[in-house]
Amino acid sequence: MLVDRWRTALAASGRPVTVLVLLGILLAMVTVLFMTYDLKGSLDFALELRGRKVGGMLLVGFAVAYASVLLHTITNNRILTPSLMGFDALFVLIQTAAAFFFGTLAFLSLDVRLRFGIEVGIMLAFAAVLYRLLFGGENRDLFLLVLAGIITGTVFTSLTALIMRVLDPNEFMTLQDLLFANFSTVNRDLLLVSAAAVVAIVLATRPLLAQLDAVALGREHAINLGVDHRAVVRRCLAAIAVLVSVSTALVGPVAFLGLLVSNMAYQLTGTFRHRYTPAAAGMIAAIALIGGQFLLQEVFASVVRLSVIISFIGGIYFILLLLREAGR
Amino acid sequence: MIELRGVTKRYGPNTVVDGVSLTVPGGGVTALIGPNGAGKSTLLSMIGRLLPLDGGEIRVDGLDVSRTAGDVLARKLSILRQENQVAVRLTVKELVEFGRFPYSRGRLTTEDGRHVEEAIEFLELAEFAARPLNRLSGGQRQRAFIAMVLCQDTDYVLLDEPLNNLDMRHASQTMGLIRRFATELNKTIVIVLHDVNFASYHADRVVAMKDGSIVADGAPGEIITAPWMAEIFDLEVPVHSYADRPVAAYFAIG
Repeated sequence: MLVDRWRTALAASGRPVTVLVLLGILLAMVTVLFMTYDLKGSLDFALELRGRKVGGMLLVGFAVAYASVLLHTITNNRILTPSLMGFDALFVLIQTAAAFFFGTLAFLSLDVRLRFGIEVGIMLAFAAVLYRLLFGGENRDLFLLVLAGIITGTVFTSLTALIMRVLDPNEFMTLQDLLFANFSTVNRDLLLVSAAAVVAIVLATRPLLAQLDAVALGREHAINLGVDHRAVVRRCLAAIAVLVSVSTALVGPVAFLGLLVSNMAYQLTGTFRHRYTPAAAGMIAAIALIGGQFLLQEVFASVVRLSVIISFIGGIYFILLLLREAGR
Repeated sequence: MIELRGVTKRYGPNTVVDGVSLTVPGGGVTALIGPNGAGKSTLLSMIGRLLPLDGGEIRVDGLDVSRTAGDVLARKLSILRQENQVAVRLTVKELVEFGRFPYSRGRLTTEDGRHVEEAIEFLELAEFAARPLNRLSGGQRQRAFIAMVLCQDTDYVLLDEPLNNLDMRHASQTMGLIRRFATELNKTIVIVLHDVNFASYHADRVVAMKDGSIVADGAPGEIITAPWMAEIFDLEVPVHSYADRPVAAYFAIG
């Protein structure tokens, strides 16, 4: 009885806070290590370069994690990921189509901010069309939206494959390099623009966090408790579109990262409350990215891309999650 | 007072609820009965603004449910549907605390805490308070959801077949509790009931629906009669009297 009560009290407030503090300390340690390990040559240059990488990874980690948590809550489903909804595929298609029509040289010599703006713009437009189609009428079925996302994603992938077949082999090599998430070459201006976008989204969604706790109970309970369910869902979907667009356009596709870190966050904090989960998931993502990048480049001196490893581990985790859900 | 005027719901060519008008004055238990597909649950969902109306209007204490802000209505009216699966892991107490959401938006005050304690006590859930919902039996879980609705402390409570999947003991206990809501706490209850005999013993008024319309409306003694049962359910049921109430003996036929 007493133990039970104590456990509830801990689960209700103590544990998430402890986990957040520990994650914060771990994140700070990883960041300091990444910034200062084996510094050689020009200090200013090295710190600036590493700072940009860290900034990019923090931003992408948080954006992807937040988007996943929001998607999980509004769909009441923990094994969905925003990249399942076709964003990554569209990113790849944009790059491939640009390489085909204008050549990789022209594409790469374009002003990065302009390129970034175009990419985010196209992806947001895609999200808007998708949502308008499905939420314009009385139809509020989220699973239809997810399904439509998966199908359009497949269409994008097929189109990409088609274009790649007819692409010049040299162009293809350059393109392939573009298509994997890349944390080593984050543009500073892009970083600032993306940071501004992510901060704006966080501020805009802050008032929704308490209501999202109720939304997590399901649509009918949320409405009964006085939440304007439709408005909350619509705002969350817009936020997800911006977050995923920004992170994908900034460093490329990081397919399973969001799924991985959000589920780890739920498990570690032992709660679904949005006061804690987005922050926890964001920090886990940043730790995974910064720590992983550090290990790869300093310890293993490997040429393997971090995104490849994330996809690999994330894929295995996804299968485990599916099996566990099926076993219930 | 709940007022329905010409309430209509269509799914494609099918009209599920067809111009229903009904007035439920404050207080007491009003039971909605009728065959499957009569539109009872749909009607209840519309009163609880879970479904939009295709025609007509619904007012609760003068507030139009399709126009009034959600949180205002949530302090006046609560609804509990029959399937109550929650995707997240919650303890009984955490679930009951959600009943205070319309008042405190997740930051519980001491007064909220008092309501939570009372609701848990009223439904005799104290020993399960710290237990996760998925580790409760169906009856206990149902009681936890009813506790949440009680905690919401609304004048009007809409319940959609709350006795579904409950065994004899839990069904009668739960119905008794719902009756006590009305009598002791002065709530207005509108409840969809499968079993007309529960309506007979616990409702003050019985409203029967068939094919999307109200076909009978009156005291249990007036509606639960052999001719009306035949009319409403298309079934010849002998109706007996037991402890001064009519009992439809539908178990014996078929």
